[in-house]
Amino acid sequence: MMLDSILFYFFAVLAVGSAILMVTRRNAVHSAVFLISTLLATAGIFLQLQAEFLFVVQIILYVGGIMVLFVFVIMLVNLDVAVRQMKFNRQSWVAGLLALVLGGLAIVVFRSGGGAFNLMASPVTTMPPNAEQVGTVLFQKYFLPFEIASILLLVAMIGAVVMAKRKI
Amino acid sequence: MLPVSYYIYLSLALFIIGVIGVLTRRNVIIILMSIELILNAVNINLMAFSRMWGSVDGQIFAIFIITDAAAEAAVGLGIIIAFFRNRPTVLADEMDLLKW
Amino acid sequence: MPFGITFDDIRPFIAPVIYALVIVAVLPLMAGYIVLLERKVMAHMQARMGPMRVGPHGLLQPIADAVKLLLKEDITPKNADALMFWLAPLLSVTMALLAYAALPFGPAFQIADLDVGLLFILAISSLGIYGIVLGGWASNSHYSLLGALRSAAQLVSYETAAGLALVSGLLLGGTLSMKGLVEAQDQQGVWFIFIAPFSFFIYLIASIAETNRAPFDLPEAESELVAGYMTEYSGFRWSLYFLAEYANMIVVSGIAVTLYLGGWMRPLSAVHMHIFGLPYELLDLLPALIFFGLAAWCSKLALRQGEQIQKLVMFLFVGMFLVLGAVMAWSLTSPSLMPGIHGAFWFIVKVLVYLYGFLWFRFTFPRYRFDQLMKLGWQFLIPLALVNLVMIGIAIVLVQQSGWPLAIAMIAANVVTLIVAFWLVRQGDKPMIAVLPAEDELPDVGPGEIR
Repeated sequence: MMLDSILFYFFAVLAVGSAILMVTRRNAVHSAVFLISTLLATAGIFLQLQAEFLFVVQIILYVGGIMVLFVFVIMLVNLDVAVRQMKFNRQSWVAGLLALVLGGLAIVVFRSGGGAFNLMASPVTTMPPNAEQVGTVLFQKYFLPFEIASILLLVAMIGAVVMAKRKI
Repeated sequence: MLPVSYYIYLSLALFIIGVIGVLTRRNVIIILMSIELILNAVNINLMAFSRMWGSVDGQIFAIFIITDAAAEAAVGLGIIIAFFRNRPTVLADEMDLLKW
Repeated sequence: MPFGITFDDIRPFIAPVIYALVIVAVLPLMAGYIVLLERKVMAHMQARMGPMRVGPHGLLQPIADAVKLLLKEDITPKNADALMFWLAPLLSVTMALLAYAALPFGPAFQIADLDVGLLFILAISSLGIYGIVLGGWASNSHYSLLGALRSAAQLVSYETAAGLALVSGLLLGGTLSMKGLVEAQDQQGVWFIFIAPFSFFIYLIASIAETNRAPFDLPEAESELVAGYMTEYSGFRWSLYFLAEYANMIVVSGIAVTLYLGGWMRPLSAVHMHIFGLPYELLDLLPALIFFGLAAWCSKLALRQGEQIQKLVMFLFVGMFLVLGAVMAWSLTSPSLMPGIHGAFWFIVKVLVYLYGFLWFRFTFPRYRFDQLMKLGWQFLIPLALVNLVMIGIAIVLVQQSGWPLAIAMIAANVVTLIVAFWLVRQGDKPMIAVLPAEDELPDVGPGEIR
C-alpha cells in the first residue's frame, strides 16, 4: 500500500509537471522532450496498475515510435524565426478560462454523480499475468477490431507516404 | 490499488492541460503533441477502471487508442510537412490560404 | 523505523539494489577492458601488437584513457542548446545501463525477473535512440545532425528486424520472461539456435546494426562524418556515449545468449555423464579444466617473457587462473552454490564469445554505405524475419497439434526460409531502374502550385 502511494504520487507529479512544461515551452524540441517525460510517467502509472504489458507497449510504441517521428519532423521544419515569435495565439486567455471551466464542470459531475457506480468496490487484489491475458482476449474476443486496426495502419501508412511525396 | 478517484483526477488534469495546449498554442506541432496528451489522459482512465473491475477489456481499448494515435500522428505530420513545403510556416494562424 | 516502514518491507529490495550497485560499479571498468581487448584483437588480426606501453602488455591502458577523458576540457559549442546538450549523453547511458535490470546472469543473479523481461529490454533499446538524435541536434553542427539522423534511421530500421527475430525465438520459449526462456531451453534440452538458426542469424546482423558497430558504423566512422553525433562532445560527455555503446554491445550479447545460446546452462546440459560413481557430472568439470588449462598456458608463456615485470604479471595471471579454477572445482561440492557460480561462468563465457564475433566482424568487413544499409534492413532482413516467423509458427503448430517430430518440422521450416533468403538476395542484386517520363513530357504547373 505504501509502495503504491509512493509510486503513484511520484509518477503523477512527474506527468502533470512535464505536461505543464510541455505546453509552455517556446522551443518545440523541448516540448517534445517533456512530452516524452510525460509518456514515460504515464507508462509508470500503467506499471503501478499492474499492467506490465501495456507499460512496455506504451514505451515501445508511443515513446520509441511516435515521439521519434515527432522529433524528426520538428528537426525538419525547425525555423529559427519561430523561436522569437509569440507562443500563444490571440484567444489564449478565453481558451484557458474555458478549459478550466470544463475541468471544473467535470469535477462537479464526478462528485455529484459518483454514487452511480460503486466506486468503493474493492478492486481485484492480484491480476493474472498481463501479457497472456491481453493476448488471449485480443485474439479471441476482439479479433475483428484487431484486423480493422491493421487495415487502419495500412491506410495511414499509404496516406503518410502520399502526403510526404514531392510528386505524386 | 489506490481508490479510483485518484486516477480520475490525474487523468482529468492531463486532459485539461492537453485541451489548453490545443486551444492556446500557435505552433501546429505542439498542437498535435497536446492531442497525444489528451489521448494519454484517456488511456490512464481506461486502465484505472480496467484494474478496478479486473477485466482486461479496458486495456485492449487502450491498445487500440495507442494504435490509432500512431496512425493519426503519422498522417498529421505528413500533412504538416506537405504544407511546410508550400509555405514555410508552422504557425496555425499563418496557415490561411483558404481565407477570403 | 520512520513512516511505519518495517524491515520486512525493505527486504525484497536489498538483493536487487546490491546487484544493481555491483553492475553499475563494475560496468565502466569492464567496458574499458573490452575496448582494450578490441584494440589487442584488432592489432593481432592486423599482424601487429596493440597498446604495449602503458602497463605490462598495455593492461593499464583503459585506466590511462579514463584519466585522460576525465581531465579533458569540457567544451560546449556556442549556439548549442544547453539543456539538450547536457541531457543527450545522460539519456544514452541511462538507457544502456537500465537494460541490465532484466538480464539473467545466472539462475540466482538477476536484478528483476520481469514477466515481460524481453519486451522491456526491447523498449529500453528503442529509448536509446533519443540520446543519439538529441545529441546530434543539440550540437548545432552539420556533421552532428546528419550523423544523428542517419544513425536514428538505421536504429529504427533494424529494431523491427531484431524484434521479429526475437519473437520467433519467443514462440519457441513460450514466455516473455528471460529466466523462463533459459528454463525452456533447459526443458527442451536443446539451445534455440539449433532449432531456429535463421532467427539467430537475423538477430546477429540486427544487433550489430543496433549498436552502430562495423560494418554498420557509418554514422560514427571517422572518415565519413568526423564522428557523427559525437563530434562536438569532449571529455566526460564523450566517455558517457562511449560507455553507452559498449554497454549496449554487452546487453545485445546478453539477449542473444539468453535467447539462443542457452543462457547460463553449460553446453550439453541434457547429457548426464557421472564420474565413476561420484554424484558429480563429468561436463561440470569443464570450467575448472578451462581455468587450469589457461593457467598452464600462461605459465608456459611466462617463462618466455623478456622483462622481469612481464614475467611477474604473467605469474600473477597464473595465480588468478589457479584460484578461479579452484573455486570452480570446489563449488561442485556445494549444490546450493554450484548453479550460481557455474551459471555466471557460462553466461560470461558465451557473452565473450559473441562479443569476439562483434570484434571479428569489425576488422573483417568493409563499411556499408547508407543506402546499402537501409536496403539490407528493409528489403532483406525484415521480409526474411517475417517469413521466418511464419515458418516457425507453422512448425510449432505442426509439432504441438499434429504430432510431427520436432526435427522434421524445424528442418522443413528452415529449408523454406533458406529458399526465401536466396530469393531475396537475388532480388536485391537486381539494379533498381526507374522509368521516369522525360522532363518535357510532364504537364505544366502554374505559379504557386505544387507539382
